[in-house]
Amino acid sequence: MDNLETSIQFQNVSYQRNETIILNNVSGDIYKGKITALVGPSGAGKTTLLKLCNGLISPTNGDILVEHKHITDFEPTSLRRQVGIVLQNAPIIRGSVFENLALPLKLQKKNLSKDEATAMLTTVGLEDSFLNRDASDLSGGQKQKLAIARTLINRPKILLMDEITSALDPISTNEIEQLIVNIKEKYGVTIVWITHNIEQAKELGDFIWVMMKGQLIESGDHSIFSSTRNIKVQQFFEGKI
Amino acid sequence: MTYTSLALTLIFVLIPLILSRTLQLGLEKDTIFATVRSIIQLLAVGYVLKFVFDSDSYIYIFLMIALMIVAATLNARKKGKTIRGITWKIATTLIIVEVVTQSILLGLNIVPATAQYIIPISGMLIGNSMVLSILFLNRFTAEIESNKDSIELILSLGGTPKQAVHTQLINAIKASMIPTIESQKTIGLVQLPGMMSGQIIGGADPVVAVQFQILIIFALLTTAALSSILVGFLSYPTLFNERIQFLEANNQKI
Repeated sequence: MDNLETSIQFQNVSYQRNETIILNNVSGDIYKGKITALVGPSGAGKTTLLKLCNGLISPTNGDILVEHKHITDFEPTSLRRQVGIVLQNAPIIRGSVFENLALPLKLQKKNLSKDEATAMLTTVGLEDSFLNRDASDLSGGQKQKLAIARTLINRPKILLMDEITSALDPISTNEIEQLIVNIKEKYGVTIVWITHNIEQAKELGDFIWVMMKGQLIESGDHSIFSSTRNIKVQQFFEGKI
Repeated sequence: MTYTSLALTLIFVLIPLILSRTLQLGLEKDTIFATVRSIIQLLAVGYVLKFVFDSDSYIYIFLMIALMIVAATLNARKKGKTIRGITWKIATTLIIVEVVTQSILLGLNIVPATAQYIIPISGMLIGNSMVLSILFLNRFTAEIESNKDSIELILSLGGTPKQAVHTQLINAIKASMIPTIESQKTIGLVQLPGMMSGQIIGGADPVVAVQFQILIIFALLTTAALSSILVGFLSYPTLFNERIQFLEANNQKI
């Protein structure tokens, strides 16, 4: 990993809600311009980890550095524009596809041009004829593509995605997977992708993080699929957990 | 009205009691409690008002209004338990509503500055403001509860707290104001307002009663707008912390 530049650094990060420990002493690096697949059983703390990076919540203990800058040194709205997040079943706002795409700029009191909107739709594999359609009429896969496009409007350096294909059919899942690879190549963004699908993680992840019960159990490149000695991780990879 | 006639009005309490017992609604205890409480409260208020009117002292008028604001605040705050510091937010709203409306009424000499006018009008305006605050808080907390994902979406895209709850805030303000506006559309056609009816029964000229009622309904419009907007704009920032994090997010997916 010597030639890789870090994009996000977790330093002994813990997160506790009331009496429940959700993340326990997580340390590790996410590399710039790479796809890190975050896998683990439900309740492992994966979504919490993403929300911490986007600043929607703050760690109870430990530090997070984004692009070598402490997360608390960012102005919250600025951090969230640089670290985009697409949450599972991200809501589509009432209105047209264009209105959804224009939302991030509208929040900054700026306007999105029709050309920019069309270009972004093309990037995510939607035809420009979708622009004036009612967003609620889109299929599940199309809505996820729109949610990704909407987040990309802010031109984030880091893109966090939370199980965005979990509710999609195989064809839509393939399209989104290809889209993510294209986005990485086109924009050079760092991607952290939560997935339950081990095959998806193998296929797309440059790096894999395995989380269980709030802890980072294993991390590394593809070699961890064969080299891990952790029995629970092996069982998880084999689909037994 | 004689005390005998007044006692006969208890028939109106007996009817719901009999119906409740017959249909096993289980409302007998509540009905009796409400009846006794209303008799005691109204009699007490009657004697207090007589004392205040006779004394004609601004200190007593002030105390009477303060009492109304405290009682209205304590009642309305129950609906906004989830909002930090809701008691002071409602109290501030009621005080502003009272100051603004009375400044206009007394400052422009629309009504005489006597207890006879100040106290009943204050009672109507503070009471309406309390109902509006309750309606607003009911709707606002429900809107927030059912739109957590949308609020989090706006924040995640770099929005401010105000932008994140803008839709919910506007919906709740509108919803709480609609009953006041709607009731004014049918006023005099469907129902005769309580104050006007009271004046007419008391022997006042119906035209004079109508004039005062118009004054009240116009003032109620201001009360409605001020109450919802003030409670709303004072309340929404408490849903977020200094890092612009939605505090309700603590109850979401791990």
